[in-house]
Amino acid sequence: MAKRESSSKDLGTRNDQAVELTRSEAQSELLRELVAHLRQNRNQLREEWVGRISETRLLTAMTKEEIFAEATSVYDSYVEALETETFEALQAYARNLSERIIPRGVETHEVVGIVLLLRDVLARSLFAKYQTDFKKLNRILDAYEPAANRIANTVAVGFVQERERVIRQQQEAIRELSTPVLQVRERLLILPIIGVIDPQRARQLTEQLLRGIRTNRAKVVVIDITGVAAMDVTVANHLVQTVEASRLLGATVIVTGLSPEIAQTLVTIGVDLGKMNTVGDLQGGIEQAERLLGYKVVTLAEPR
Amino acid sequence: MEVPILKQGAVLIATFQAALSDADLNHLRRGLVQQVVKHRSRGVIVDVTAMDVMDSFASRTLREIAHMIRLRGAETVIVGIQPEVAFAMVQLGLTLEGVATALDLEEGLAYLIQKFKSVE
Repeated sequence: MAKRESSSKDLGTRNDQAVELTRSEAQSELLRELVAHLRQNRNQLREEWVGRISETRLLTAMTKEEIFAEATSVYDSYVEALETETFEALQAYARNLSERIIPRGVETHEVVGIVLLLRDVLARSLFAKYQTDFKKLNRILDAYEPAANRIANTVAVGFVQERERVIRQQQEAIRELSTPVLQVRERLLILPIIGVIDPQRARQLTEQLLRGIRTNRAKVVVIDITGVAAMDVTVANHLVQTVEASRLLGATVIVTGLSPEIAQTLVTIGVDLGKMNTVGDLQGGIEQAERLLGYKVVTLAEPR
Repeated sequence: MEVPILKQGAVLIATFQAALSDADLNHLRRGLVQQVVKHRSRGVIVDVTAMDVMDSFASRTLREIAHMIRLRGAETVIVGIQPEVAFAMVQLGLTLEGVATALDLEEGLAYLIQKFKSVE
């Protein structure tokens, strides 16, 4: 050993790598021993882990049997990741698991919690096994801890990424659903807006409306914003621009259902009221639109 | 390229072709303002369907044409502004205030006829 160290000084980096290699080899050896231990005590450790999970009241959305089944496969993937030191399989498993449990309402802290619990349970069993040989315990932990932390990291990141993917997907779905341009009479469109309008959605609304005016040859458009609680100055300005752009296409815009907050915003930005045609509610808006278009709605008989 | 001015009954129609230079626009303004009285026209339609860009000079010229023709005793309507152009114009603050607009030539004619009727 002494000889090798002296030669490593002479040869510089190449031998440093060799030392590094032997160290990681020694580490792999330890990990192998560790994995063997974990495989041997699989049932007992798994039971203990599941016990700890229900003790800490994690995963309350799942039944005991489900937790046990998931715990088994997580345990096996965990040991496998320790053994092979490759995390791709675990990553895929974490994503798959997240896909299944996110709809059940499992939270991020629960997933991170159970993985950390497993880490602790396994560490405790290592303490128990090597309590007589402190040096060896230290070396085993040196090998175990980085790998275990990486696993915890991988699972947590996988879960969060999956969650974000679901959120993004839903956002897109909402965006597509949320901007209908509807024709209610010849040359009359209504655009009911519901929910929060951000600048991106405002732009999309404008594009759809202007295109709708052209394809439906609309003369009057009723934009109903009853379902919009508030809008910021940027979006309010955008609304005014939409009204002006529609006029350039020859269509009159009637805005209905302005909330007091939005009215306040529009007054604050100093909108030219000569350009904005507003009516209190959607019904009033449609009635005015019909007047503009020359429709006259009459009741022919009493409703039955 | 100069813009041809067509006469259709009591209406003059000027149709823009793609890109126009500032000189063309000035020429059009002069031509329209002269001919509107010469032909005793009551309305003018400026069709900008072919324009995919509207800069501030073009926009200002359109507004001037409309206002000058009003002073010469006729109505002007701008037709065929593309949706993208309309929104770009609004963002640049070019809103053609006080100028009538319509979707296309047909709508513009309908607008003018309505206008003529309301005067009678």
